[in-house]
Amino acid sequence: MASYDYPVYDYRPSADQRGRQPARRKVVIVGAGPVGLTAAIDLAARGVETVVLDEDNTVSAGSRAICHAKRTLEIWDRLGCAEAMVAKGVTWRTGKVFFGDRQVYAFDLLPEGGHHFPAFINLQQYYAEQFLVERAMSMPEIDLRWKNRVTGVEPRNDCVRLAIETPDGPYALEAEWLIAADGARSPTRKQLGLDFRGKVFEDRFLIADVKMKADLPTERRFWFEPPFHPGGSALLHRQADDVWRIDLQIGWNAAPEEEKKPERVIPRLRAMLGPEARFDLEWVSVYTFQCRRLDRFRHGRIIFAGDAAHQVSPFGARGGNSGVQDADNLGWKLALVAKGLAPDALIDSYAAEREAAADENIRHSTRSTDFITPKGAASRLFRDAALSLAAAHPFARRLVNSGRLSTASVMTGSPLNTPDRDDFAGVVPPGAAAIDAPVVRDGKSDWLLHALGEGFAGLWFLDAPPPRAEAETLAVLGRKPIPMRTAIVSRKAFSSSAGLPVLVDTEGLAAARYDARPGTFYLFRPDQHACARWRGVDPAAIETSIARAIAHSAY
Amino acid sequence: MAQTLRNDSGFADPDEVYAALIECHQGLSEEQSARVNARLVLLLANHIGNFHVISEALAAAREGI
Repeated sequence: MASYDYPVYDYRPSADQRGRQPARRKVVIVGAGPVGLTAAIDLAARGVETVVLDEDNTVSAGSRAICHAKRTLEIWDRLGCAEAMVAKGVTWRTGKVFFGDRQVYAFDLLPEGGHHFPAFINLQQYYAEQFLVERAMSMPEIDLRWKNRVTGVEPRNDCVRLAIETPDGPYALEAEWLIAADGARSPTRKQLGLDFRGKVFEDRFLIADVKMKADLPTERRFWFEPPFHPGGSALLHRQADDVWRIDLQIGWNAAPEEEKKPERVIPRLRAMLGPEARFDLEWVSVYTFQCRRLDRFRHGRIIFAGDAAHQVSPFGARGGNSGVQDADNLGWKLALVAKGLAPDALIDSYAAEREAAADENIRHSTRSTDFITPKGAASRLFRDAALSLAAAHPFARRLVNSGRLSTASVMTGSPLNTPDRDDFAGVVPPGAAAIDAPVVRDGKSDWLLHALGEGFAGLWFLDAPPPRAEAETLAVLGRKPIPMRTAIVSRKAFSSSAGLPVLVDTEGLAAARYDARPGTFYLFRPDQHACARWRGVDPAAIETSIARAIAHSAY
Repeated sequence: MAQTLRNDSGFADPDEVYAALIECHQGLSEEQSARVNARLVLLLANHIGNFHVISEALAAAREGI
């Protein structure tokens, strides 16, 4: 591939391969893709050691998942690797939809300012993985083992026994917890004989990455039945290094091997890009897709995440992004359980919350797919009707579905949430991921999400310094075995009280986004999802809500 | 003032409504689908009732065909 030099990560024999008895590790992760690496880095940041096994010795072959959503970037920022991604990636937020040769509408995914991260960046998966690998390699808690292929998975009472193949031959390893992040074809899933349930779509798409200098705006363009590709859909996305992603619907009857040949691909691209366009073909793939998931993401000590647990169609960028959200949801829970600070039931809540998220992603992705590739005459009639009305009638634009792009899943109804007892509006109900806002901290511009850190966190909205005693009570909660660190958010600057940092909400955006009044208090879980909120501080209620959020049986 | 045809989205969840519409036609022949559509138009037109609104919708639907 012309534009990217694949790194080669050396296989290094581990002492575990020489022992007479299998070594036992706290957490073993199968798969060093974006999901497995995110989980490893998250756990390392929480002081939990992991062994990461990968059968290969490099990053993703091909650009694959290229659209990384705001929430993914926020998660990676918490883990210390978002900056490199944003610097290398292509930032975008506008999408345009065409029907035939006409633009029917355009949308802006992040119409408001005051967010650290954009709605999306496009970055080839190999770069994203490379930056994650580099971050992981800087953390002593992570033992990355390349060319380690898992050939056997045997659940036992107190561990999972793994058989692993390496260039030096096989060895066995025991994991107290096993995270299966080994992708859509998950060998772990196959070893356990687990089936997916859901839908396979009878359609084929051609993906081509081309390198070209093009004077096109950085936006997502989607065509229904364009003149250059009659009867199908087309998608154009810009990636880093002047690489462009083109996605063409080619139908169920297309022969995959034939369609991948340059002599077939190039005329299709030429029709789209014009006779003058100069481009080099970088990567071609033909794919079909599924919208399906495992019934249960947890099987005893084995936890499935990412594509190993669920698959969606690519429209909406819900595959990679939901996998990273899986890792984000799992990291803090597994860390607390592994340290003996939370009950085993907290792992069940990972499964319950992420299974619900997978259902939501599958629902969106199925609907997009049904719109893009209508089954039957009536579906096509309605689709074309919506498209033909969209230019003149704004309501119809909301029916046009070229992919509902990934946002953070809201864990409404999760038993970890404390239901509201006070009246609230605003976009951050219990279960929702925190929304960012610009703040000033110690005289410097900063972001609200940075104040949340990676433990339980409180945001206390005030307009004047709090009574000392009340601030002290909150400071005490910051010194518990499971600490909650509180930051004060205020329109006006004042000096900190009882060591609680003060974030100045200079534009009033934080208060507006959280529907806050003086006294309002939000409690966030370690994955920065809100789990409780009140109109005033009640330390006993906060402690009860934290206990509830760690699935403590006493509550 | 006479009521006019609304142009902004009236749906809380447009995708849900659209999916239900498609689901309603599942397994029908083209002729059956056309009959379902005609009945659906009559049901919804009656629900709207207002002749002015219906006339505007008829004109908008016909435009460009």
